[in-house]
Amino acid sequence: MYSYLLPEFAIERNEDRCIHCRVCERQCATDVHYYDAEMDKMFFREEACVGCQRCAVFCPTNALFIWPHPAEYRPNSSWNREKLQDLKKQAETGGVILTGSGNDKPYRIYWDHLVLNASQVTNPSIDPLREPMELKTFLGRKPDNLEIEFNKGEVKIKSELYSNVSITTPIVFSAMSYGAISYQAYKSLAMAAKKFGTLFNTGEGGLPLNMRKEYGCSAIVQCASGRFGVDPEYLNAACAIEIKIGQGAKPGIGGHLPGEKVSENIAVTRMIPQGTDALSPAPQHDIYSIEDLSMLIYALKEATNYEKPVSVKIAAVHNVAAIASGIVRAGADIVAIDGLRGGTGAAPKAIRDNVGIPLELALAAVDKRLREEGIRNKCSILAAGGIRCSADVMKAIALGADAVYIGTAALVAMGCTLCQKCYTGKCTWGICTQDPYLSKRLNPEITSQRLTNLLRGWSYEIKEMLGGMGINAIESLRGNREHLRGVGLAEWELDVLGVKGAGE
Amino acid sequence: MLMKKNYRSERHVPAKDIEACGLFGVMNIEGQKFGALKAIEAIKNIKVRGNGLGGGFAVYGLYPDYKDYYALHIMFQNKDIKAKERTEDFLGEHFEIIFDEEIPTNPQVSLFCPPLVWRYFVAPKKGEAEQAIPDDEYVTSRVMYINSHIEDAYVFSSGKDMGVFKGVGFPEEIAAYFMLDGLYEGYIWTVHSRFPTNTPGWWGGAHPFSILDWTVVHNGEISSYGTNRRFLEMYDYYCTLHTDTEVMAYAVDLLMRRQGLPIEIVAKIFAPSMWDIIEHLPEKEKKLYATLRTVYAPLLMNGPFTVIVAHHHEMFGLTDRIRLRPITAGAKDGFVFLSSEEAAIRHVCPDLDLVWTPQGGEPVVVRLNSKDHLKSLNKSI
Repeated sequence: MYSYLLPEFAIERNEDRCIHCRVCERQCATDVHYYDAEMDKMFFREEACVGCQRCAVFCPTNALFIWPHPAEYRPNSSWNREKLQDLKKQAETGGVILTGSGNDKPYRIYWDHLVLNASQVTNPSIDPLREPMELKTFLGRKPDNLEIEFNKGEVKIKSELYSNVSITTPIVFSAMSYGAISYQAYKSLAMAAKKFGTLFNTGEGGLPLNMRKEYGCSAIVQCASGRFGVDPEYLNAACAIEIKIGQGAKPGIGGHLPGEKVSENIAVTRMIPQGTDALSPAPQHDIYSIEDLSMLIYALKEATNYEKPVSVKIAAVHNVAAIASGIVRAGADIVAIDGLRGGTGAAPKAIRDNVGIPLELALAAVDKRLREEGIRNKCSILAAGGIRCSADVMKAIALGADAVYIGTAALVAMGCTLCQKCYTGKCTWGICTQDPYLSKRLNPEITSQRLTNLLRGWSYEIKEMLGGMGINAIESLRGNREHLRGVGLAEWELDVLGVKGAGE
Repeated sequence: MLMKKNYRSERHVPAKDIEACGLFGVMNIEGQKFGALKAIEAIKNIKVRGNGLGGGFAVYGLYPDYKDYYALHIMFQNKDIKAKERTEDFLGEHFEIIFDEEIPTNPQVSLFCPPLVWRYFVAPKKGEAEQAIPDDEYVTSRVMYINSHIEDAYVFSSGKDMGVFKGVGFPEEIAAYFMLDGLYEGYIWTVHSRFPTNTPGWWGGAHPFSILDWTVVHNGEISSYGTNRRFLEMYDYYCTLHTDTEVMAYAVDLLMRRQGLPIEIVAKIFAPSMWDIIEHLPEKEKKLYATLRTVYAPLLMNGPFTVIVAHHHEMFGLTDRIRLRPITAGAKDGFVFLSSEEAAIRHVCPDLDLVWTPQGGEPVVVRLNSKDHLKSLNKSI
């Protein structure tokens, strides 16, 4: 515990309601609540509270109230409470301030400044309850044209085709590795992806051997800078491969899974000794330039007989459009762009909160550049980082994405409350932890059902919105910026987004 | 048209026009020529589908005496003689002009701001470096140049042995103005009556829309316009008229003329079957249709449309995948009719042998000396 810091959260216990059942004590992973048997009373240590609200929602009598601590230093717009507390923490430890999940700073959320279109009179809206409405999406490279041969009534495709992966809804679970998240959380994602007909992403922690046969066909396996768990069987077990160059939450830096978390099963899956730190370097040390990337792309394709699309995931940074163009020319079949608000299990706060650009702008710029160069059909675009609801999915697709990655939204569906303490390994919801006492709180049967419910709910909403626009196949929304209008945006922002202002 | 305009951002690309329309097409599959009367009377019957802001006709087999030469119908806005001089200088530089004349008009028909309309029969005059360029490409690029660079000049049509007559007014007024009934005969006639909701009439903006001998008349509001337009831009088609018809015409040009796909395949791109249906097809067809849908997903024309496309020897009609716009086909002896309304067909041919409503996404293909149009009859509703 740090000294001289105001607690982040205030706790109020309604003593009249409290029945001393000690649920709060058992549920809290940071030992906030404790019971004094002599006094027959519950006490708490406010300074340890992370505000995850687990105790409050588990309290059978609703006796607990957790809210941001009301104490304030003298108000100061520049030197606000967060800045002061961070300074004090660093003065005490001399360390890097860590945090988890995505950027929480008030950068403009463009989704909230874009509105969707609907049909009136000149064009009928379509009712998804009565008419087919198609969300099926294909990820991968498409040829420029199809050469077709006709022979006595027989039609034959002559062009060379590339491998594509089909998904039933344009929503894919984002990369979250086994090790960063618990086995139960990881398996829940895999089960939900398989059941719904979409994909999950293994992150860079490998794919456990016992899951390959059943869930490999729903997996995008990652090949990241640490190369953990990568061998030909791993690559061939999957339906797509992703080279991770960067992550929206921490562009330009690598990762660090502390040795304490590297249990036996994680060690086997990652192919490292048990208890050793799993360090992912900042760059991939065999990729120092675009032609090196091309070599890795083709090495992975060779290893998998050109049967699986290869994705390259990058963080959205300033010249993202030019980088994406290079990636496509280097042979990638999918470009994944992770924006400023992408999540993480652990990142230096300075980086999470200050590096990268918003996904919406990056996506619009990448789509525009690839079209200008005539290579948009050579790849699919996966948009990641801050997709919160079905309307965000619609807007991302209208800006040019083929599908979206959801990470944080899936975690919230599993129980996460964005307390941002993922890096401590003490996730009370059993998601971002390797502590068996905590992780057994997730039952993959139940949690995967919550995830499929989320996918189903969003898909229904997407169908309703598509039908309203008079569109009955998701591909007709892709890059269809005519169906977007901006509200409250400056000229330059509208220009970058390629979207007219409302009423224009 | 095929000239790129540099906008600072895509958001400055003008919004598209919204319009609804009446359509009619008739072809004699034995190649016998007939006058304008059928087309005029049919389109008059569906007057309610137009609002007098645009009408036009495309005729095939129009100029048998000059059938080896490209027939350019060119309008000069505001009867601008300077534009005509500039155009003729340009034509003289790039073509041998075999014959030219003003297209005769009836001065007693008064229409909104009629332009001067002239026809030129030309042959390409290629420089040494241009010998390898196919004639069609050569002509296309010169036509695009006139449209985008010579102010007040606009090419209505540029194919051989065919022509487009169009303007601002009801189609029967346009027919009367150009004296179509009496002066001309052809073996295919298509006609369009326009109901724009947000644009003033401009003679060049009326339909049919034409490139070389391809003409498109179209009714509908394509909700996938943005997706279609941006895909076509990758193939150097830049929309300047901002209409659904333009997008449709370029897509036809790309797939049929440039990539050589037949309409039976193109129909499955514009109006593909649902995935549920594709999945239950025999393996070979399943692969073909799934591949077409995947590769050409951006050319799916979503939302309501009916289109009648014609070029020499062929006319076809197609409606969208869930049939939000009507199309009816009819046949009598050597004549095959396509229209947005059955009434229009019955009005000019009361004793039809056959009349049918094709399924959404099922093209009616009318070919010279063939009975291909009957294929869609078997699948009709």
